[in-house]
Amino acid sequence: MVFLGGQVLPGNVGRAILGPFADQRAVDALNHSLGVDRPLLVQYGTWIWNFLHGDMGTSYIFRAPVAPFVIDALGNSLKLALIAFVLVVPIGILGGVIAALNLNRPLDRIISLGGLSVTVLPEFVTGIILILIFGVWLRWLPIAAAWPKGAGFFTQIYYLILPSLPLFLVLFGYIARMARSGMIEALDSDYTRTAVLKGLPWRTVIWRHVLRNALLPTITVIATQTGYLIGGLVVIETLFRYQGIGSLIFTAARGKDFPMLEAGILTIGIVYAVATLVADFLYSVLNPRIRLGAEQ
Amino acid sequence: MSATDSPPLPAVPDAVAQRSPWGEVLHTLLRSPTFLTGLGILLFWVICALLGEHFVPYDPLDADIINTLAPPSADHWFGTDQLGRDVFSRVIVGSRDILTVAPLATILATIAGTALGLVIGYFRGIVDDIVSRVLEAFMAIPVVIIALLAIVALGTSKITVIVVIGLSFAPIIARTVRSAVLAERELDYVAAAKLRHEGALHTMFVEILPNVIPPILVETTVRLGYAIFAVATLSFMGFGIQPPSPDWGLSISSNYGMIGGGFWWTVLFDALAIASLVIGVNLVADGVHGAFND
Repeated sequence: MVFLGGQVLPGNVGRAILGPFADQRAVDALNHSLGVDRPLLVQYGTWIWNFLHGDMGTSYIFRAPVAPFVIDALGNSLKLALIAFVLVVPIGILGGVIAALNLNRPLDRIISLGGLSVTVLPEFVTGIILILIFGVWLRWLPIAAAWPKGAGFFTQIYYLILPSLPLFLVLFGYIARMARSGMIEALDSDYTRTAVLKGLPWRTVIWRHVLRNALLPTITVIATQTGYLIGGLVVIETLFRYQGIGSLIFTAARGKDFPMLEAGILTIGIVYAVATLVADFLYSVLNPRIRLGAEQ
Repeated sequence: MSATDSPPLPAVPDAVAQRSPWGEVLHTLLRSPTFLTGLGILLFWVICALLGEHFVPYDPLDADIINTLAPPSADHWFGTDQLGRDVFSRVIVGSRDILTVAPLATILATIAGTALGLVIGYFRGIVDDIVSRVLEAFMAIPVVIIALLAIVALGTSKITVIVVIGLSFAPIIARTVRSAVLAERELDYVAAAKLRHEGALHTMFVEILPNVIPPILVETTVRLGYAIFAVATLSFMGFGIQPPSPDWGLSISSNYGMIGGGFWWTVLFDALAIASLVIGVNLVADGVHGAFND
């Protein structure tokens, strides 16, 4: 499907690389050496076969194998996404839990409304406002995610805090809302009432009985947000000039670098599938009612 | 959805039964502070889009080479950009393109999604299975990526943006309509229409459609918020509205490179404008959702 998408895009590849004034014979020769003049099915077969063997093709623009670019970019994007996730999952859940425990009081209103408002804003809008506040006015954080060569682990994190914040804000609203409604439902249930009535301390009731049940749907939501996160990365990486998979796809799409584009999108597809699988697995581990495998 | 779309069970006088559900919704809406705040913000921008060019102090496209990048002052309330264009005038008039493209995309998504949802909800079976799987596959791909590919293929124009956003939102509306139709098609009035030998098209569009309007309306207002989100993002990426339009996303994309130099006024007001519009539409959507679900 990705491959077909790439092929449907019109535009003569050789022409795109050599420019509009190049000699037609040169264009034909280049098309031939890149193999784009062969029948579609042959190209598709070769592409899949090579991809499975770790060869993602050759970039039309860089004239070099695509794989190193994609792997570098994926690594960079994972760093960024990981920081956003590490921040947002605990804070989002905490926010939702606090909101639910203070249901309909001002604190709940602030968390719910605030979370909802930042969730609906485009990432580049929150990004720009955050850059202005922390990068330009307060000068606390660097405004581009380009650290000096050979920078250590903590320096890299320091440079990635600002880019990860817009992603954090968008995800925060979703996660907090799911955690809140999960908590409300669990607090309202019979088993919570039983636990309270049998004299357990409130703290124990929350930790042992309510939280476990409340957080299950939240995990599913977190996993479904991976797809969104990838879309968000395209925007954020462009805004912060970060060499991730999103900006790789963006640049490839602009330059009609199809092998790069296809490899990038297929990689994203694989990441998405893996994330969904991990979420299913986590869900079954946490939920005693769904135990997969032979435990009988 | 609960009380408004099913035929009233108790015997109510005809006139009341026909007017009251919509009247009630309107009544709730007009007393909802959420809805009214959102509507106020939305109306403000609609007026700016329609009449803005008549009352702004400068022509939003007029370059003034002597006064480039001037900070906010009495002459230029929001300062000027790198070509000396008045940022205040640009922000006001900049609402026009996004408020044309986003609603049109939403309307397209609603029409396509409703038709599709009616068909798969009504026929169910193998049609539903196949179409639903395809729709799910579509929904798994982020809109930005679909748009990126489509726009590379088709070239950039307002029409492309409308079609791309409209078609990528259609599956979501189709899903909502489908589940509403699944509940409706079991009701007596549908069975009656079938007994009268009405055609499938008549049953779908004349009998069922009026009864699934509430969820469609709610979904449409929610989608409008996302459409604005998407249009702004695409314009920012350079794949949406094109220069020299004073569009907000576009202005941010051409000015944010200089943000490190401290020229905050060239992007801040555009960012706030997008933020206010998106939040306004979402407040309206929230109000509409609340009015139909109480």
